[in-house]
Amino acid sequence: MEGLAKIIGSNKGLSAVVAKEVGDHLSGKRFLILSLLIIVICLGSLYVAASTIRSSVGRDQLDFVFLRLYTSSGSSMPFSFISFIAFLGPLIGLTLGFDAINGERDRRTLSRVLAQPIYRDALINGKFIAGVMVVFFMIFGLGFLVAGLGIILTGVPPTFDELCRLLAYLTLSVIYISFWLALAILFSLLFRQTSTSALAGIAVWLFLAFFATLLAGMIADGIFPVSDNSNVDQVLANDKVKKTLSRLSPTFLYEEAVVTIMNPSVRTLGPILLSQAVGAIQGTLSFTQSLLLIWPQLVGLIGATLICFALAYINFMKQEIRA
Amino acid sequence: MTSKNNLLKKNFIVETINLTKKYGDITAVNNLNLQVEEGTVFGLLGPNGAGKTTTILMLLGLTEPSSGQAFVAGYDSTRNPIQVKSIVGYLPDNVGFYEEMTGIENLLYTAALNGIPKNQAKIRIEQALERVGLKDTGKRRVGEYSRGMRQRLGIADVLVKDPKLIIMDEPTLGIDPEGIHDLLNLIKDLAQQDGRTILISSHLLHQIQKICDKVGIFVEGKLMASGTIDELQHQLAGGSDHVEIELKTVPFDDGLLKICQKINGVLNYQWSEDYLLLQCEQDVREELSKKLYENNYLPLHLQLRGISLDSIYLRYFQKEEGYGGGFS
Repeated sequence: MEGLAKIIGSNKGLSAVVAKEVGDHLSGKRFLILSLLIIVICLGSLYVAASTIRSSVGRDQLDFVFLRLYTSSGSSMPFSFISFIAFLGPLIGLTLGFDAINGERDRRTLSRVLAQPIYRDALINGKFIAGVMVVFFMIFGLGFLVAGLGIILTGVPPTFDELCRLLAYLTLSVIYISFWLALAILFSLLFRQTSTSALAGIAVWLFLAFFATLLAGMIADGIFPVSDNSNVDQVLANDKVKKTLSRLSPTFLYEEAVVTIMNPSVRTLGPILLSQAVGAIQGTLSFTQSLLLIWPQLVGLIGATLICFALAYINFMKQEIRA
Repeated sequence: MTSKNNLLKKNFIVETINLTKKYGDITAVNNLNLQVEEGTVFGLLGPNGAGKTTTILMLLGLTEPSSGQAFVAGYDSTRNPIQVKSIVGYLPDNVGFYEEMTGIENLLYTAALNGIPKNQAKIRIEQALERVGLKDTGKRRVGEYSRGMRQRLGIADVLVKDPKLIIMDEPTLGIDPEGIHDLLNLIKDLAQQDGRTILISSHLLHQIQKICDKVGIFVEGKLMASGTIDELQHQLAGGSDHVEIELKTVPFDDGLLKICQKINGVLNYQWSEDYLLLQCEQDVREELSKKLYENNYLPLHLQLRGISLDSIYLRYFQKEEGYGGGFS
């Protein structure tokens, strides 16, 4: 803690920038609109999930009921909590960051702020930290809100294992949204117009959300065509190319990680041959085993976030202050 | 650094040594050697694109020079930008604020960036706002401010950090004449009452010259001349080996040329729209007037160029047209 205080103290202006940015985000209208939208949708999905669980609890044998609050969807609401966060999370990151630097340029505040006795990186670091903090509060707040309401609605308290999974899931989501925040900040440096940087962010989001996996599949099919009577090697090779290409996308990494961590019955992320499944003992993975399974995804997400932020950082430090 | 050097530097709050900035092939600032004494108002005058803003940014350590050094109060601007920025207040050209925040909130942010404790900051902000005449408007959102009010808020913003040196980039741009009058008085006040050094960059010589102790004329990245306005006039007049005389008479015809050619010392002539421009070895106005009188020519306009500030201005800023309108 002392070390942290020292770091913050020697980064002149950092805490002032963070405080101002957090205040700006929380009082800003667009953040209010976005969080209201997300809260309403998530509560809706929770309600549907809870009623589905309640109606099926007697009939089927259900385990991990608490986690199902986040993962199940009903007929009236086809999306679950986690799929909403996966879909709308990037939008939160983009909203918080798309005008980080070019907005300051537009308002002509950049040179005035940097003429104060602060290091230049305090501004971009402060903006990123403030964004991550806001995302953290928002995601954890939302996650716990759903947890609390879910317990009331279903009457089933979480086990320790489920709680660990929930915390891991929320942390993963914060990292994933931070990736989009870093990307948005990068775009706010590369494009001088705030509308262009917002559009660029949305374009990347739509591409990764809808087309990246499709494209990976098309490329894989092109290299290793698969038909009904292809042999095993061909099918495996096709799958490998497809997965490898897909895993270049943070969205895919996040989805894989979330499915594994929120679904204890997921035991592998690759294909399984019948011969491998023979003799396997029925059951679910423990939390640590699930975590082990998604470790590469987790590292990949953190890496992608840091690369984006590092690019933005370098660009910002080298950029001329005047327009 | 030896102590002797320190003593020498003591008087100059701003000093640049062969300061150069290149953007690709374009040299924005070329071997600039600028010295500003403590406690003076220095006007950096030059047309748009002369490299004034680039120089200022280098002084603040916001842009790295291609070569040369800039010192502010003895600190190297490139190596110690934090020390430099803590004693320099910068009012950028067309200053901007966070529109959705109030004036006071904007200044509080500046104070926080300067590490001023909040209770102290509030007192300073109140004083600064009172000084610039925004006492009652501080609680309104900056989005509602007029251009002149923003400029005054910018000065309050600078005053919050209590700087030794204030740098203003085109402070009078886009403000109505009355506003300019008030602004210049305020700037004069800051120098005389508070004893701060002020560096003003502008292309509007006429507005700035009233309050400047010294000016530097800056064209195409070079400092052409620097000194008090009197010094500058001598420097520029004495600097060239011939003088120029503007002449307009009634009648204004070719006969005039014949008279002029007879006068000793007239080297060359040039017709311009309004007058005949004579290049002479020395001031021949006395002889010229006599000859004109003898030949029944009535002089309407007879002026030595290079003596008045207008002509200095014209000579250097000729390339920039459009603000000549106000001269007479």
